[in-house]
Amino acid sequence: MTALGKPPDSPPQLSLCQSAVRQCVCVCVSVSYPPSSQSTMADTARDPPPELSDFQELQDGEDLFPEPSAPLESGPASLPAEDISTNSNGPKQDSLFDDDPEDLFAEATEEVSLDSPERDVLLSDGPSPAITPITPPCSLITPHIDMFTHCSFDEIEEEEGGDSFDMHISVSDPEKVGDGMNAYMAYKVSTKTSMSLFRSQDFSVKRRFSDFLGLHSKLASKYLHIGYIVPPAPEKSIVGMTKVKVGKEDQSSNEFVEKRRSALERYLMRTVKHPTLLKDPDVLQFLESSELPRAVSTQALSSAGILRMVNKAAEAVNKMTIKMNESDAWFEEKQQHFDNLDLQLRKLHASVESLVCHRRELSVNTALFAKSAAMLGNSEDHTALSRALSQLAEVEEKIDQLHQDQANADFYCFSELLGDYVRLITAVKGVFDHRMKTWQKWQDGQILLQKKREAEAKLQFNNKPEKLQQAKDEMRELEGKVQQGERDFELISKTIRKEVSRFEKERVKDFKTIIIKYLESLVQTQQKLIKYWDAFLPEAKAIS
Amino acid sequence: MRSVSVDLNHDASLLIDIPDALCERDKVKFTVHTKTTLSSFQKPDFSVPRQHEDFIWLHDTLVETEDYAGLIIPPVPPKPDFESPREKMHKLGEGEATMTKEEYTKMKQELEAEYLAVFKKTVQVHEVFLQRLSSHPILSKDRNFQIFLEYDQDLTVRRKNAKEMFGGFFKNMVKSADEVLISGIKEVDDFFEQEKTFLLDYYSKIKDSTAKAEKMTRSHKNIADDYIHISATLNTLSADDSTKVEGRVASDQELKLTELLRYYMRDIQAAKDLLYRRARALVDYENSNKALDKARLKSRDIPQAEEHQKQCLQKFDKLSESGKKELTSFKGRRVVAFRKNLIEMAELEIKHAKVSICLEHVHTLMCAQRDASEPSSGFDDVGMAF
Repeated sequence: MTALGKPPDSPPQLSLCQSAVRQCVCVCVSVSYPPSSQSTMADTARDPPPELSDFQELQDGEDLFPEPSAPLESGPASLPAEDISTNSNGPKQDSLFDDDPEDLFAEATEEVSLDSPERDVLLSDGPSPAITPITPPCSLITPHIDMFTHCSFDEIEEEEGGDSFDMHISVSDPEKVGDGMNAYMAYKVSTKTSMSLFRSQDFSVKRRFSDFLGLHSKLASKYLHIGYIVPPAPEKSIVGMTKVKVGKEDQSSNEFVEKRRSALERYLMRTVKHPTLLKDPDVLQFLESSELPRAVSTQALSSAGILRMVNKAAEAVNKMTIKMNESDAWFEEKQQHFDNLDLQLRKLHASVESLVCHRRELSVNTALFAKSAAMLGNSEDHTALSRALSQLAEVEEKIDQLHQDQANADFYCFSELLGDYVRLITAVKGVFDHRMKTWQKWQDGQILLQKKREAEAKLQFNNKPEKLQQAKDEMRELEGKVQQGERDFELISKTIRKEVSRFEKERVKDFKTIIIKYLESLVQTQQKLIKYWDAFLPEAKAIS
Repeated sequence: MRSVSVDLNHDASLLIDIPDALCERDKVKFTVHTKTTLSSFQKPDFSVPRQHEDFIWLHDTLVETEDYAGLIIPPVPPKPDFESPREKMHKLGEGEATMTKEEYTKMKQELEAEYLAVFKKTVQVHEVFLQRLSSHPILSKDRNFQIFLEYDQDLTVRRKNAKEMFGGFFKNMVKSADEVLISGIKEVDDFFEQEKTFLLDYYSKIKDSTAKAEKMTRSHKNIADDYIHISATLNTLSADDSTKVEGRVASDQELKLTELLRYYMRDIQAAKDLLYRRARALVDYENSNKALDKARLKSRDIPQAEEHQKQCLQKFDKLSESGKKELTSFKGRRVVAFRKNLIEMAELEIKHAKVSICLEHVHTLMCAQRDASEPSSGFDDVGMAF
């Protein structure tokens, strides 16, 4: 393996020359997926035999890669031939750290199940501009270790990286507990892990929504002001919950529960992926203990809730009045970056929601058309044409279902993720604000110290010994505070740098995973479309 | 589009096409080009400019010609409708400030494509109308048709003036009232009884299907627009091929399925009109019978009544005979056209799905290749994916 410790901002580039890719029937690359539920550290099982053929093919492809010394910008030439393949059948197997560097399939792979002719058609002649030289195969696996260690500032983090992050949380089985307006949904939170932090490897507890909110508020109060990006909890929805409480068992309330369940799951996973938050006793208690004290202050209309709102408003006003002398260009740049990101994500989120809406509309319209075509087929007196029209109706019906599924994919895959990130960015901006506040406190301390110094000088001049002593004591105390303030500011700045780089990595990883999943779902839809129309074609041809 | 009505324009003795058209604001000027070996025309090869109103005039004169009462007159081509793209263009202009430059350019391109599609469609529809006429053994010899093709000056003078148009509207209303009466008439001929039942039922079904198909394609267009916004927001570097594919699927489906249904909806209306005329003739004949009986009873005007009755019977027989021929060939034509269209549509769907898969695979590949460390790279990948 090549050396680790590649600087974070050098993206080694990867390419496959076209003929090489053509050889690779399996689009082979390994992507560091977030850990899947099925695997633990102990499970380094290789992919089952059916995938051996891919192995061969990849090897062929590997041989065709160009010169072994790829020109890279900086750092060691280590880059994964990123591999994705989707197998609609097999479960995802994921082992983040392989023992065998030669085994190119240590990473989870699923195969794209397509007929070969399609795949040949896929790759055109001629080089693609986006593709640059690849690095030799032997250095394939390292970056996954890189991901966790190369930008670590902390000893502890380095250790963490060495220990694979192997934990999976699922939120499932929403159950309505109680009746009427006091009813609530209880969710089962199941954790599967092999980390020594926990008492057992596989356990579950029952939690309700306010428990999650309580957890978040505890974490926020502990960590936000020192610069940690605490993932925000899913949003409250009075309307949604009321419908559920009232007991309407309809489509929209089911959707609401599913949306919430999925959001809670993502929230927990995000929280535990944060190395510091994972170790927090509140988090551990949340995941492990069977009974949890009720988090009352999270109710929307409680006095605590209103107090929170007032505080938020006050903070907003304060923020506007703080003018910070930014000595560190990095922070300025990052703030700009996040502001921009915020804007773009919100816009994107709106577009995707519109897409979901339109696709659902398309599904409805297709269903209506299918019925109409069926009626037309019934009216038709030419037998073969009548049959063809009925077939058309059936095809369209299937397509309508397809559109619905695609809409769901659009939604759950993409739209919800965007919503999460819009909220996350707000948390990031909050952290920057805390830094400003910390700076302000420090500055205020300094100004006060200065004043005290002047006062002390005056006292010395006027020669008042008792007051002088008092002044000197006060000053010493103040100096201590100022030094603490400076230290706090340095610490929060350092923490934020760490957090932001971790956040960015996570973000890109998240998005990449989701995009790929989304593309795969699109591919599947198209494949099914082909199947349906292929079946219809002979019927149409049979009309005489 | 030509497959909507197959086997046209094969007869070399009279070949018509619309090679070219100009769009001026609302009005479309078609260039109607004729190539003929018939001596009834002054030149063997000539072109004239025509407007949509000229087509309407031609259709209406044919419909009003008594001699053609037993024929299915090809349906009049619909008025060129640029309303939808124009409205969108207007909205786009208003929303220009909120979009990025590339997004705006892309939306504009989409709109221009849509505009072009509408334009092409209207040209084809007018062309098919003329070709239906030229390939009909009787209608192709119509004098007005010849004038339409040949007269090298403005036809305005011959077109309906306002009063006549109003009269036309009134006539339509009366006709539909008659239709109701006539569908209750007892039919003597099995063939026509069947046809009537079939056509009435089929017409309502196909009208419904056409409307639903249009809704479907509209949804598709909305989705294509959404993809444009999404990809624009993602600062695409490469062309958003996937958008084009989605958009194209919408417009191809539009051309094939919707146009097919729409065209035959109108054609069936024309067939229904034939049935109506024949039924009217039957009523006339029955009335003339009654008049004859009355005349015999009163022993007055018998010869006129007999003559009248004979004429009515002749007219009715003529209509029945030609009507039967027309309706039979209509059915054959319809089945063939449906077949061709459905096959083409299915093939297109398959082709586009395959192309989509290719694009999506390529994008997946490229997306996965990009390394995670670049903060903005995530978006470039996503942008390229669309």
